[in-house]
Amino acid sequence: MMLRLLTAILALVLGHAALPAQAQNGPLRIVIDEGVIEPLPFAVPEFVAENAAAAEYAQNITRVIAADLEGTGLFREIPREAFLSTVTSFASPVQYADWKAINAQALITGAVSVDGSGRLSVKFRLYDVYAQAPLGDGLQFGGATGSWRRVAHKVADQVYARITGEGGYFDSRVVFVAERGPKNERAKQLAIMDYDGANMQALTDANSIVIAPRFSPTGDRVLYTSYESGFPRIYLLDVATGQRRVLDDQPGTMTFAPRFAPDGRRVQFSLSQGGNTDLYELDLQSGRRSRLTDAPSIETAPSFSPDGSQIVFESDRSGTQQLYVMPANGGEPRRISFGQGRYGTPVWSPRGDYIAFTKQNQGRFHIGVMRTDGSEERLLTASFLDEGPTWAPNGRVIMFTRETAGAAGAPGLYTVDITGRNLRKVPYQGQGSDPSWSPLQP
Amino acid sequence: MTRITTSILLMTALAVSACSNADRFGSASGAGGAGGAYGANGSPSDPTSVAYFNQTIGDRVLFLVDQSTLSPDATVTLDGQANWMNQNTAYSATIEGHADEQGTREYNLALGARRANAVKEYLVSRGVSPNRLQTVTYGKERPIAICSEESCYAKNRRAVTVLAAGAGF
Repeated sequence: MMLRLLTAILALVLGHAALPAQAQNGPLRIVIDEGVIEPLPFAVPEFVAENAAAAEYAQNITRVIAADLEGTGLFREIPREAFLSTVTSFASPVQYADWKAINAQALITGAVSVDGSGRLSVKFRLYDVYAQAPLGDGLQFGGATGSWRRVAHKVADQVYARITGEGGYFDSRVVFVAERGPKNERAKQLAIMDYDGANMQALTDANSIVIAPRFSPTGDRVLYTSYESGFPRIYLLDVATGQRRVLDDQPGTMTFAPRFAPDGRRVQFSLSQGGNTDLYELDLQSGRRSRLTDAPSIETAPSFSPDGSQIVFESDRSGTQQLYVMPANGGEPRRISFGQGRYGTPVWSPRGDYIAFTKQNQGRFHIGVMRTDGSEERLLTASFLDEGPTWAPNGRVIMFTRETAGAAGAPGLYTVDITGRNLRKVPYQGQGSDPSWSPLQP
Repeated sequence: MTRITTSILLMTALAVSACSNADRFGSASGAGGAGGAYGANGSPSDPTSVAYFNQTIGDRVLFLVDQSTLSPDATVTLDGQANWMNQNTAYSATIEGHADEQGTREYNLALGARRANAVKEYLVSRGVSPNRLQTVTYGKERPIAICSEESCYAKNRRAVTVLAAGAGF
């Protein structure tokens, strides 16, 4: 940790030339790169409560900010016991020497107040301790006291963005399938929670099998597959109202694997009829359905490129499950996966630079990423059963399902960054599968 | 959290109701339910009974990994199913296609649809009216054997012909 400028931790800018570690003169910055794995030490003294009603919020908000940053694997919190200074006023000058002495490279200070109408206000500043200067302007976020976690996530997103130069992802949610019971009597229901497992709420009951929810591009609606009718069919659910409707209800068919187009107005999905599964598109407003593929093979799991011009999907037309890219309105598919084994569940990164996928090879499952032309394949995980990747809003972290083996096997949600580092279990207490990560909340 | 607790209870009830639906004679958890010396599905030695179909003929056929081709053993079973259905025309059937857990979820749904359809087409080729048959895929959502070994996987890669009262759909 002799370097003034920390080159760090993850390959956030893979494909760009790695920036050399320029000591001494740069700003406080984690250049996310494959070279260095040393997390950046930061100090976050408890935010100042500016009135009595704010005391508990100040404490909790500070903890959530620290947990967000530490959870990335890019930052390391310096324990409070090591502090030489206390911060009792948001306005008082920072004693840089005291923070430098304990090797805090970044310092986050803040203050919380709650007004008479129950409105919470949080202001914060980020300091580059070695440069002895603020990094960016002070900022203030407000909200109802009930949304204190979101306010904390917004502060942490700002800190993350200022130090890494990448967008944050903490103020986001995950819709997933909450599961209970043994494998042969699994109860499933849709649920939604904050990205860190807090504020879990059920969205459906557990009377029918539900599968693979997918957020709309604005996070207000969810597509999923349910057996409510006795057959797998795709449904559209409004997150705020809980209202839902079946989208395609032709007798003798089954539908699954839905995914929104980036415009939020069209849905692509798989439809099985007579044992054959092909890709279709549905216009949500007109209800018009069009067919995208017409082959005797399995075509499923479509996912749009962020500009909406192309899709990636899986097909076994070659004899095994592989990944293909084709124009979003149909056309000639081009195979992009050529390694050993089988590839499925492709998901285009929100940045457009990678495709995440599930790979099966020699009895093991992996989550991996590849360039959109199939090059630079990299496996991030390996286990008995990993599947179903979903991207964080900044395209640098992936959440997925890991199911353990055997009669007592159970599914859990995990995250890993796109270099394969920082594998973590999402701190949600129950069992879960099929996560879909929302965009950053407004 | 109350909703979730309720759901757990509903879930438990669900596992039971799958076998007690009056119009459905599935044998996923063994033969029949309450009622009569041999249960609602009758005696496995009575050739007109659902129990005979489920147990003596066999209500299911098994598949190789990632395959939907019917084996010689499977066609023997399905010949028996077709004969039974041709003689007991007051029944229709839902053919459930299943996969083992060694596969991704969506692909396994598509694979289960193939397996169910392979059975349906075979039964139709043996004279059963397609109007009496419908198919559904469960992918890997409803395994019956839960060890993570081939001995269990082999049982889960199945298509099950579930009889119901009624002459068609």
